Amino acid sequence: MNNVFSLKGKSILVTGASSGIGKQIAITCADNGARVLLAGRDEARLKDSLREISDESESKYSIGDLAYEENLNSLCEQCFELEGLVLNAGMVKLLPVSFIKKSDLDLIFEVNIKSTILLVQKLLKAKKIKKGASIVFISSISTQKATVGNAMYNASKGAMNAFAKTLALELAPRQIRVNIVLPGFVHTNILGVGNAENEDLKKHRLNYPMGRFGEPKDIAYLVQYLLSDASEWMTGSLIPIDGGFSLK
Amino acid sequence: MEALFFEKLKEILEITDRELSANDKFKEYSEWDSLANLSVIAMIDEEFGVVIDNSEFKNIQTLGELMAEIKKRTK
Repeated sequence: MNNVFSLKGKSILVTGASSGIGKQIAITCADNGARVLLAGRDEARLKDSLREISDESESKYSIGDLAYEENLNSLCEQCFELEGLVLNAGMVKLLPVSFIKKSDLDLIFEVNIKSTILLVQKLLKAKKIKKGASIVFISSISTQKATVGNAMYNASKGAMNAFAKTLALELAPRQIRVNIVLPGFVHTNILGVGNAENEDLKKHRLNYPMGRFGEPKDIAYLVQYLLSDASEWMTGSLIPIDGGFSLK
Repeated sequence: MEALFFEKLKEILEITDRELSANDKFKEYSEWDSLANLSVIAMIDEEFGVVIDNSEFKNIQTLGELMAEIKKRTK
């Protein structure tokens, strides 16, 4: 049976693949037939991610902090020609605006957006992104609905949304599609709180009409759709996926 | 240290109508909210060079306990 949602025969690079949403995206891609290059900073955790992927997929990993340009260059060199690219690497630091420091701002913009832009630039220049490929940015619903203390992160993800739309326009003639996923709160360790749901999170969960936060799989299935041929006519779209959080 | 601490705290919480005391359970102030929570943690880092993470901060109830924690870590 010809399954239009299959990723068979596709080579896909996922950044931030050592944990959380990125790890699940890599696993879901491989489960659906893709060969995946997992990029991340932590070798032990990348190995763990790869262990959950079947051997037949010929997936591999690349270690490096993408805030450094030499690591972007080496990732680009190691990378196979791509039918899919998922830009997921990112970090959060909660600070009220009046306490923002240049050093924090520089780090968040470096990791969340500058390295992402440069990676896309380098992959395009090296002709690693094939005609008809799909590029997926993992942004955040917080660019549409603000929460207190998140200004630096939101600003970086807002820049990502604007960049991705411009990229979509530039790449459309080559049938390369670019879409932006806006997840609500997903159970991962990005906030450094582990999986235990503390009082603050319990309170925050009341803002989710469907009664629960997201799981990495919820996001991974949407990304699978965006990487597959099923979404061939879709480009430049900002897609909220948040259990109804932005409805209120 | 105490004077500076109270002054900065009043500034963040925009308290102008009263003095603060070490016995105050500050999280019960009407001015207390999630922004105040983040701001006080950031202020302690900026002014006293002490990093208290949110989970530790949760266990602290009074201003006296908070000051004791800062003093303990600046020694």
